[in-house]
Amino acid sequence: MPVTSTKPYVGIPRDHVTNFCGKQIVFVCWDQHLLFAAPMMLVVEPTMLLKELFDQVWKPLLQADPDSAALKWDQGQWLKSNQPWTPNLEASIAANGIGHKEQLRLKTPGLDTLWAAV
Amino acid sequence: MDVKVTKKKLSLKDRYKLLTRDLGWQTTYQPMDKVYPYVTFEGIKIHDWEKWEDPFRLTVDAYWKYQAEKERKLYAIIDAHAQNNGHLNITDASYLTALKLFLQAISPGEYAASKGFARAGREFGGIGTQVACQMQALDEIRHAQTQIHAISNYNKFYNGFHAFADQRDRIWYNTVPRSFFDDAMSAGPFEFLIAISFSFEYVLTNLLFVPFMSGAAYNGDMSTVTFGFSAQSDEARHMTLGLESIKFILEQDPANVPIVQKWIDKWFARGMRLLSLVATMMDYMLPKRVMSWREAWNIYGVENGSALFTDLARYGIGLPKHWDDVEKSIDHISHQVQMALYQWSFGTSFHSWIPSDEDMAWLSAKYPETFDKYYRPRWENIKKLKAAGTPYANFGLPKLCQVCQLPCLFTEPDDPTSHCQRETEYKGEKYHFCSDGCQHVFENEPEKYVQAWLPMPGLFQEPLKGDIGAWMQWVGLNPGKDTGDYDGSEDQLNFAAWRTQATRNE
Repeated sequence: MPVTSTKPYVGIPRDHVTNFCGKQIVFVCWDQHLLFAAPMMLVVEPTMLLKELFDQVWKPLLQADPDSAALKWDQGQWLKSNQPWTPNLEASIAANGIGHKEQLRLKTPGLDTLWAAV
Repeated sequence: MDVKVTKKKLSLKDRYKLLTRDLGWQTTYQPMDKVYPYVTFEGIKIHDWEKWEDPFRLTVDAYWKYQAEKERKLYAIIDAHAQNNGHLNITDASYLTALKLFLQAISPGEYAASKGFARAGREFGGIGTQVACQMQALDEIRHAQTQIHAISNYNKFYNGFHAFADQRDRIWYNTVPRSFFDDAMSAGPFEFLIAISFSFEYVLTNLLFVPFMSGAAYNGDMSTVTFGFSAQSDEARHMTLGLESIKFILEQDPANVPIVQKWIDKWFARGMRLLSLVATMMDYMLPKRVMSWREAWNIYGVENGSALFTDLARYGIGLPKHWDDVEKSIDHISHQVQMALYQWSFGTSFHSWIPSDEDMAWLSAKYPETFDKYYRPRWENIKKLKAAGTPYANFGLPKLCQVCQLPCLFTEPDDPTSHCQRETEYKGEKYHFCSDGCQHVFENEPEKYVQAWLPMPGLFQEPLKGDIGAWMQWVGLNPGKDTGDYDGSEDQLNFAAWRTQATRNE
């Protein structure tokens, strides 16, 4: 049952892409780098190149982690909506097939300074 | 002159009977199912409303008398607190963070509960149930008012209290309790009762009230403690009503059992997410701590909860579905939430701080399995950044859970090094969750939760379109005064200066 109601009821999604004035949401997460308390929400134009998204929008937000300087986008394992994925940095977000509210995750084994105690 | 005739007084039992059962009658102009249109659509079957018993048999005159007496005492103490600069008797002004959070997150919840019970009192078919719900509606609005009054004295001296009502609706961490109550209030009357009376009041209220009120007592906040005493007798009544109502519903029809179990699963999951804020208060926000969240959970969650669910087993009710995941999270959530509050403190109407060495020693003693291993290295790094003159703020806004609305900041139940991330697609749109518990809530009623107003995506839509300054104004935040690190804040400096004035001859 999609909702318990007295009569048929259809909800209107609040976060549909058309509400973002030409932009879309991309969720990004540098896995196991929990200094950043949660995956991040980036709101950008779908025509933006992926390398711009990563270098100019995401990377500056990661400065506080001692490993961020060594972070390379082509080294590590990517997941897109929990499926293995290879990014094309020279192509746009849309051309990479990254839809609205898509979750990207990057795992970088070896870059684990803040896990020294584990 | 007329001679006054003394009427024979009614016994308490007779009075209660006249007040409740005798008020109910079969309508003739309208069919009963049109008078009470909301009692069937949830699938709960009630065969005999008369079986519903209010163990307190409280009548309005008795209720008025008790509450008025408590009210007189409470306001006398609040006055004394105001006149004697009671705000300078607290352990430290950092304690006020807990109070600010309480005022923004919990007091409006009391008001929401009042609205919910007023509505349930109208919607239920049984007269005993209606009266009990109306009494509780009065209690809840009284709690909201007395809390606001008790805390308002601090608003004269400290930042962050002034816009609690707007902030309750608009600020990201406050939409957590707001969505909790909105969810309950927009459900049918039976789910509302299981959500608030049973799951929240009965199963979880001790985890909320005991820590807050003992926290106030330990930290010298006499006006909040007095409020706690004043509310305590009501809370005892609410808890009993919660237990009575669930037993009544379960005894009425075996078909009610699976529906009730589903609601218990849901509201336990939602309630525990809400309580992660309380966990953080207990472990991080009190200058003088009462007990750790782990210790509180062991007493009020494990011991009391297991006894309760053993008792309910004869009806076919089992432990809430995500109980095991919750148990695994207990040694982690307060650390995870506090780290989040600190890094986003530029957007909170209270201060946060880096735990001192002494705090960290306490945390490590209370959480020997987790604190040093997982959380200390992160705090040490944050300390280093502050010492280097680049204090840590995370300007990456968080992904929020579609159901509980907290940032997806919790880790996998079996892997504290990875964020727990769940997603699903519904009618072509993606939705994200912080846990299996929240995902299940969504999947049971997707049409309800697709409509959730999530504050982070909301910030990037009309009319704010990502303008952080405009957002600050809209949520009633004064940047630098209400927000940020406690260390160096106006609250800290004022408290120190005023206390010095009060105790020395400088």
